[in-house]
Amino acid sequence: MPKGSYGHGLPGMDSEALPGKLIVVEGADGSGRSTQIQLLRDALERDGHPTVDVGLKRSRLVGRELDDAMRGNILSPRTLTLFYATDFADQLENRIVPALRARFVVLADRYIYTLMARALVRGAEPEWLQQVYGIALVPDAVFYLAVSPRVLAERNFRKNSMLDYWEAGMDVRRTGNMYENFVRYQRQIQIEFRRMESVYEFDTINGNRSPRTIFRELAGKIGRLLN
Amino acid sequence: MNRSGDIPGKLIAVEGLDGSGKSTQLYLLKRWLELRGYKVFFTEWNSSSIVRQATRKAKKRQLLTPTTFSLIHCTDFADRYDRTILPLLHAGAIVLADRYVYTAFARDAVRGCDRRWLRQLYGYARRPDLTLYFNVPLEVALGRILEGRPQLKYHEAGMDMGLSPDPYDSFRLFQGLIQDEYGRLSEEFGFTEIDAAASPETQQVRVRRIVEERMDLGHHRWRIPPSYAAALNRLAGEFDGHRAGREPRET
Repeated sequence: MPKGSYGHGLPGMDSEALPGKLIVVEGADGSGRSTQIQLLRDALERDGHPTVDVGLKRSRLVGRELDDAMRGNILSPRTLTLFYATDFADQLENRIVPALRARFVVLADRYIYTLMARALVRGAEPEWLQQVYGIALVPDAVFYLAVSPRVLAERNFRKNSMLDYWEAGMDVRRTGNMYENFVRYQRQIQIEFRRMESVYEFDTINGNRSPRTIFRELAGKIGRLLN
Repeated sequence: MNRSGDIPGKLIAVEGLDGSGKSTQLYLLKRWLELRGYKVFFTEWNSSSIVRQATRKAKKRQLLTPTTFSLIHCTDFADRYDRTILPLLHAGAIVLADRYVYTAFARDAVRGCDRRWLRQLYGYARRPDLTLYFNVPLEVALGRILEGRPQLKYHEAGMDMGLSPDPYDSFRLFQGLIQDEYGRLSEEFGFTEIDAAASPETQQVRVRRIVEERMDLGHHRWRIPPSYAAALNRLAGEFDGHRAGREPRET
């Protein structure tokens, strides 16, 4: 059961009535996050746990509009933060909370921490971000898959043979060298995650290892949480 | 809210119920300022070209809760603030805002959002140099709206609040709650109240006098020749659609 909200929470919501579990997996593109979510979902459902997964930009409300807006890259970091917060709030109210109320295990493929880290790197005020995301529920567990930036780059190249514009932080500090920009940007993101680690009680997982090893560790921890 | 000074521009916001006549008054103020050769621009609630599409779709399909309603409007505002309002203020312009953050403070609070959270959400927004609140008896505002524009939209009528199944009753109740909220905001933020039941001419005389007294307008003249400025103003007018007799739309 999530331990209430970080801030004031959603209007009219009673977090006492949320008996499900909220489990968050955080990490950059190429950290193995989505693979782990898929494996976890299979394992949980095999064991008879009803499961739902959520992720960024998947809201019915603004998911597609957010994608479109990013393509043009003319929104300010603040506007993007708020757009993402809208997307997050929609999923929180329409997917996460109802699922938790119905005793589901909610697997979140990223949560507010990625959004906060990205905004912080782009100069947002930490206090304001905390206030905006005060609506978020405190998860039962947060696993952060930390992978060294150069390994991340290799995984992204292997998968898509190119680096993603946003994941390379090309809007932040543009140099001609996209690879160097990617490495520098991911390092900055990791610094923000490390700062958040103790505040939000992350469990940092070494994501440089094989998917099987990581899965064993995650499944063990989640198994203990559920029993 | 952000009070920090040292921005050469001036920000004037108008607030009030639908039907208070604030848009007409702001239009007349804009005409007066631009005809006198000042750099004046206009921005309107819920009008960011990028975000508005999402808002419109969401409203149409009734997908919004009080929280997402609030956040999507704050996104719209942030887009206009960062790309229009703030750069204009830095350039020394007079920016006229038809509704400002107080509209969100009033409407969203009535819908159940936490008042403190709302102030935090908009914490980045500069406090206007002047906020004119067009205070009008509820019955007068209702009469103007319900007489002229009988087709009420879902959120405009506050139907999402479940106050009444009848859109007209719902609208009356909703506007009443918003007016109460405006009353509180007026005290909290020191609005300058205009008696919006007075004749339009009387109101405009007051508005212009207040603006003249409160700001040193001489600082906001165009640096470029008047003909060029006039052409720019016409362009700006086409861009923001702020013309007399335009189609009413939901703000």
